[in-house]
Amino acid sequence: MALKSKHLLGLEGVTREEITEILDTAATFKEILQRPIPKVPTLRGKTVVNLFYEDSTRTRISFELAEKRLSADTVNFSASGSSVKKGESLRDTVRNIAAMKIDMVIVRHRSAGVPLFLTKCIDASVINAGDGMHEHPTQALLDMMTLREKYGTLDGLKVAIIGDISHSRVAGSNMRGLKTMGAEVLVCGPQTLMPRDIETFGVGVCHSVDEAIGWADALNVLRIQLERQDAGLFPSLREYHNEYGITRRRLEKAGRDLTVMHPGPINRGVELENDLADSEFSVILDQVTNGVAVRMAVLYLLSGAEEAVS
Amino acid sequence: METYITTPVLLSGGALLDLQTNERHPVDLVVRNGRIDRIGRQERASFNGEVHDISGHLIVPGLIDMHVHLREPGREDEETIESGCAAAMAGGFTAVCCMPNTNPPCDRQEVVRFIKKRSEDQLVEVFPIAAITKQREGKEITEMADLLRAGAVAFSDDGSPVQNAAVMRHALEYASMYGALVIDHCEDEPLSASGHMNEGRMSTRLGLAGIPDISEEIMIARDISLAEYTGGRIHIAHLSTRKGVERIRRAKEAGIQVTCEVTPHHLALNEEMLSQYDTNLKMGPPLRTPSDQEALLAGLKDGTIDVFASDHAPHSAEEKEVEFSAAPNGILGLQTMLGIVLSKVVQPGVLSLADALTKMIITPRTILRLEVPQIREGEPANFTILNPEKTWTMNLGVNRSRSRNMPYFGWTLPGVLWGVCNKGRLWIA
Repeated sequence: MALKSKHLLGLEGVTREEITEILDTAATFKEILQRPIPKVPTLRGKTVVNLFYEDSTRTRISFELAEKRLSADTVNFSASGSSVKKGESLRDTVRNIAAMKIDMVIVRHRSAGVPLFLTKCIDASVINAGDGMHEHPTQALLDMMTLREKYGTLDGLKVAIIGDISHSRVAGSNMRGLKTMGAEVLVCGPQTLMPRDIETFGVGVCHSVDEAIGWADALNVLRIQLERQDAGLFPSLREYHNEYGITRRRLEKAGRDLTVMHPGPINRGVELENDLADSEFSVILDQVTNGVAVRMAVLYLLSGAEEAVS
Repeated sequence: METYITTPVLLSGGALLDLQTNERHPVDLVVRNGRIDRIGRQERASFNGEVHDISGHLIVPGLIDMHVHLREPGREDEETIESGCAAAMAGGFTAVCCMPNTNPPCDRQEVVRFIKKRSEDQLVEVFPIAAITKQREGKEITEMADLLRAGAVAFSDDGSPVQNAAVMRHALEYASMYGALVIDHCEDEPLSASGHMNEGRMSTRLGLAGIPDISEEIMIARDISLAEYTGGRIHIAHLSTRKGVERIRRAKEAGIQVTCEVTPHHLALNEEMLSQYDTNLKMGPPLRTPSDQEALLAGLKDGTIDVFASDHAPHSAEEKEVEFSAAPNGILGLQTMLGIVLSKVVQPGVLSLADALTKMIITPRTILRLEVPQIREGEPANFTILNPEKTWTMNLGVNRSRSRNMPYFGWTLPGVLWGVCNKGRLWIA
């Protein structure tokens, strides 16, 4: 089975069957990654561009590794040291790259809607690696894969997303994907970091992290950006940690088996207590491993869709 | 086709629309030496001059659009006074008021004179709106007396609204000495901050920073207080929110001098249409919700909203064909305003044809204290001839602007224009 669309712009509109297909395929690729030679010829002859207009270490490396494991040819384009600095428009840059005959583009941009914009400029498959405050679908897929591995199903699972909801594309994709897969979602954070009308996503909203911990099976803890303090959205990192920081004490008080996820990079001592990332609660490194498998699955399924079309 | 009226012209078989009663009176109309020479029955055969059959069309005083951007001087690649006037004619207008956000800005009398001079030869009259503050920086008020003498008809900092209430107070006080109108684009800048669309369910879904409706409401409330306190005349540009309509309705009930306009865009379009991140739907104020649209229609119906204005805002393709957050605000509006008003306001029965046209003919001129053209024997010939029921389709071929940033291509609209007449010239569409 292939995916309906030849692009992955977000999880909005992606069906339960499609997400299941991606996660099942990712599980297969994860096995391949354990082999002595973790490489398959699936995308041999395909060219993939990693177009990163925003700094990224782990997402870019994860995509690049997934591409290489599938034997694709890869090109990296990052905003620094490129024609972006020379004032070339996004449209021109992309059309130029596409003229070099590209099959897939992985794009990250600070502006929401850019992946969609690219689909209107070029013929290649476009995968969103994070657009502004909108979506980051592969992150949500790898989060769901990690949860499914641990709990067997996402149906009825209680997931609390904690932190800066309004600026988070990770939250944007997780809310959509988890709801589609039948999970219950609660968003928790200060009201100043809560987007307007968020409840229309069908999620619960709360401002007490203890309440969220008391309710949830799993916590997806978001990174807090220091610039939000500069913008006056919370008073200090100290207060943020006091009110929303996830600590061992808080988790143990719940007296249940709880899973802590984080999309990285972690601000240790702020949203997560210092050693919590390394504790028995954490599945953060599983997330990283699953990230490669999920991205392989997406690349494979989208390239298949493209073949079916041509 | 634009011609100077050298020989007498007979416009035969049309009807006058009475803007008071909405009644249509079949007439023949003769124009001689740029004036209306005769209204009544006139045999075509015995007429010595040019004859045009305009049967099926209505004659109304020339329309005015009190909020346009002509981009000259500064961005002649996007629009010129000439191309803007061409779009205005094609939209049925015989007059426009142009906003001061040019380069250099219209904040001194030389720029006012330049615009007057450059528009001298146009059929369309161009009335410059000068800046409230020097460089539109919101700090020091402009030389208003000098600007008025040069031909400015009102003051506005439009897209860079005066944030400092004391500066706005002084501007209203100073302008009120001359009875001059101050037009405000109501937006609290820190509240709007880096927003790109209306804040709410859709901005959250699209991941775009939002502009809350209270950003408009708060500034309207401030301006109303200042108008009441100073006795100045304030006009609220492009009203877009339910809350704003409410504020103005109450202010009018309290007898405070405040008027306002609405654009066709905020009536025809809403934020629900933004799911494709189309930059031709990006404007300031942003497209709002269907509930705000209902409130705007109600405000038109009960007279809270005085004027239709297009906020015609040409932008180059390079500037608009970019990611949503990088695109500038504004879309074209001159050629489609009449059609949108007819389809969204008149056809659904919100306003009669006469009442809708009044908001594009009489009220704007009354607010600006400009003379209202009369269709009477002996008066200058300043009128628009249209068929309000017949439809046409907007496409690139009929676009007369130098830019093409509008979402209306492919739209079929009512209101076919036969032509406009003004300043001794007749333009036939």
